[in-house]
Amino acid sequence: MSTSSASMLEPPIQWNPPARGSVAMYCLIAAEASIFTIFVVAYIFYIGKSLTGPQPQDVLRVPIFFTMCLLSSSLTIHFASKSLRGGKVRSFALWWLSTIALGALFLAGTAREWFHLIYDEGLTIQTNLFGTTYYSLVGLHAFHVTVGLLALITVSLFTLFGYLRQEHAERVEVLSMYWHFVDAVWVVVFIVVYVVGR
Amino acid sequence: MSTELIAWPSSETATPQPFVGQLHQWVTTVDHKRLGILYILYALLFLVVGGVEATIMRIQLIRPLNHFVSPQVFNRMFTMHGTTMIFFVVMPVMFGFANYLVPLMIGARDMAFPRLNALSFWMTAFGGLLLYFSFVGGDGLYGAGNAPDVGWFAYAPLTSKTFSRGHSTDFWILSLLVSGFGSIGTAINIIATVLCMRCKGMSLAKLPLLAWLNATMAGLVILAVSPLTAAQIMLLVDRYLGGQFFDTQAGGSAVLWMHFFWVFGHPEVYVLVVPAFAFASEIIPVFSRKAIFGYPIMVAATLAIGFISMSVWAHHMFTVGMSAAGNTFFVLSTMAIAVPTGIKIFNWLATMWGGQIHFKTPMLFCIAFLFQFLIAGLTGVMQAAAPFDWQLTASYFVVAHFHYVIVGAILFTLFGAFYYWFPKMSGRMYDERLGKLHFWLFLIGFHLTFDFMHIPGILGMPRRIYTYEPGRGWDIWNLIVTIGVFFQAAAILVFIWNLLWSYFRGELAGNDPWDAWTLEWSIPSPPPAYNFADIPEVRSRRPLWDLKHPEDPDWHYE
Repeated sequence: MSTSSASMLEPPIQWNPPARGSVAMYCLIAAEASIFTIFVVAYIFYIGKSLTGPQPQDVLRVPIFFTMCLLSSSLTIHFASKSLRGGKVRSFALWWLSTIALGALFLAGTAREWFHLIYDEGLTIQTNLFGTTYYSLVGLHAFHVTVGLLALITVSLFTLFGYLRQEHAERVEVLSMYWHFVDAVWVVVFIVVYVVGR
Repeated sequence: MSTELIAWPSSETATPQPFVGQLHQWVTTVDHKRLGILYILYALLFLVVGGVEATIMRIQLIRPLNHFVSPQVFNRMFTMHGTTMIFFVVMPVMFGFANYLVPLMIGARDMAFPRLNALSFWMTAFGGLLLYFSFVGGDGLYGAGNAPDVGWFAYAPLTSKTFSRGHSTDFWILSLLVSGFGSIGTAINIIATVLCMRCKGMSLAKLPLLAWLNATMAGLVILAVSPLTAAQIMLLVDRYLGGQFFDTQAGGSAVLWMHFFWVFGHPEVYVLVVPAFAFASEIIPVFSRKAIFGYPIMVAATLAIGFISMSVWAHHMFTVGMSAAGNTFFVLSTMAIAVPTGIKIFNWLATMWGGQIHFKTPMLFCIAFLFQFLIAGLTGVMQAAAPFDWQLTASYFVVAHFHYVIVGAILFTLFGAFYYWFPKMSGRMYDERLGKLHFWLFLIGFHLTFDFMHIPGILGMPRRIYTYEPGRGWDIWNLIVTIGVFFQAAAILVFIWNLLWSYFRGELAGNDPWDAWTLEWSIPSPPPAYNFADIPEVRSRRPLWDLKHPEDPDWHYE
């Protein structure tokens, strides 16, 4: 089948389909969002239904500093991909590394919080419904932060060894969409766990 | 055709590989056509396995107080039959056809992400193996039954450690988790392919309906299988980490599992049936020699079905004791979904109306589909009324209803699709006589089994019982139902024989045996690895018609 059979009368075709990377990432985000929705629904459904203590209002402290860290990492990754788009790889590397640092700081905050809850308050995933739903929801989010960090570190290794160039800006932007999503999920988790549930 | 000018290394001209080399090629392939065929063969294998399980159940129920299998084995059979047929037959076979056909129909050389595609297939494949490994490894150290026996929707608290000892339920959870990730990967791939890989000129308004419907199916997979994944993770937390999500003694809720499962479970029905609609939407026009009636309405109705299907799940739970408002909402939303579905049926009928109908095997299956899907939809509307459902829930009436959908609608169009695209995939025609024999045998078997299965349901026979007392008026109906199963099994044997015989001995099919209009028929059968030597340009919904009839192309009218 050849296009030469097309007669001169045929109108010319305008053609620019969307980029497959971002379409796929939007789909992945939709899938992840549905997974988180189920966990959030379970958390909300079980608020106040624990038969034994400890209750959230007794043991949870609002992690304002670490939340600031994670949310500002969205800003730094945005500046990073903007720098790469403009061809400034060095500036990209700086913003990218600060994103990793902020993400890692957030994870450290979660670890500290869990350490406190487990060893000081005696709350484990087996203790009561609050423990089960809290560790599952926050843990699922922390797992996503970890996966994101691993991906970010992979990119930073490529940068370190000089393989990253301006032409990779689109791929880096797809990855940063995932990071923004993980941050947005934290906003929901924060509101549900530390504001509504407490 | 400019394909002859380019010396591509094709499978015909290359020296034949030894068997191990060929096997290696198939195992490491990222070609969408080969992966599609792998999906389909894998699903056919499991179709036979799931069919054997169904036959075992029907032999057990052929007469009252029968002792063909023990109650424990019966429980395993209905669990494995349901799980196998949904997750390892219909979903993979639909993914297989989508894999094979979508890139060919939209003029692409492969899916958007070929390696993700291979990963997804192997996840699904190993998910199935994991499920069946439970027959070997399900005992654990406890000597507690092998294969899972909690039913395919695995209601809490049956799945708790207390009531489900050993590892059988863990195999069930893990296999669905693994194959679920595979399904999500494929779904992402299908959407990215349909949106981003279309050939020049194929706007969304010119997309073949099969591609549209499979993209809708993929969207449903993304939004529906993910909740199942989440629920399975919770169940794993309960079983392995001592969590209390579904532990009623610790304040957990068994009803929450029902909601989570059916949030997946009902859209899942549409995940299965929307690709079946896709087959009908491609086959009926070609064998009626008319363009599809109401293309934009078909697309809109499909999207409406996808949308509404997300809000009907609790009609599986009318007897659980929801509020009156909850019941009313789900009654109305369930009845509402009949409207876009009805629109589709009328559009297919209008496509046939005044057409020059060719009663080839694929068309026969699609015509039967129209009638049977209508009846399946009508019994669906009956059960959408909550008071009626209170009488019949968990009875054989329900079993008959959803088998009418899954066999009468989905499996029938699937067989149609097998016969319709077999020439494209194998390069050879199937045997029309055997195809018709398959159709009539299966039609008789289907109606014997599933028409008469409604009656013991209305007479009060509950589903999942392993035997029953004589003299309740169920005996004769169960006998007829089981007799129908043997007709269906015979039909399947004819089908498999037809596939095998035609693959080796069938007439050569040529590019376009049906004088069809979509792009897959513009290239050789079976298609070369690169699909299209020149990426086509498209100006209407029937690009091959335009090529065949340059004096009267479709884009003059669309």
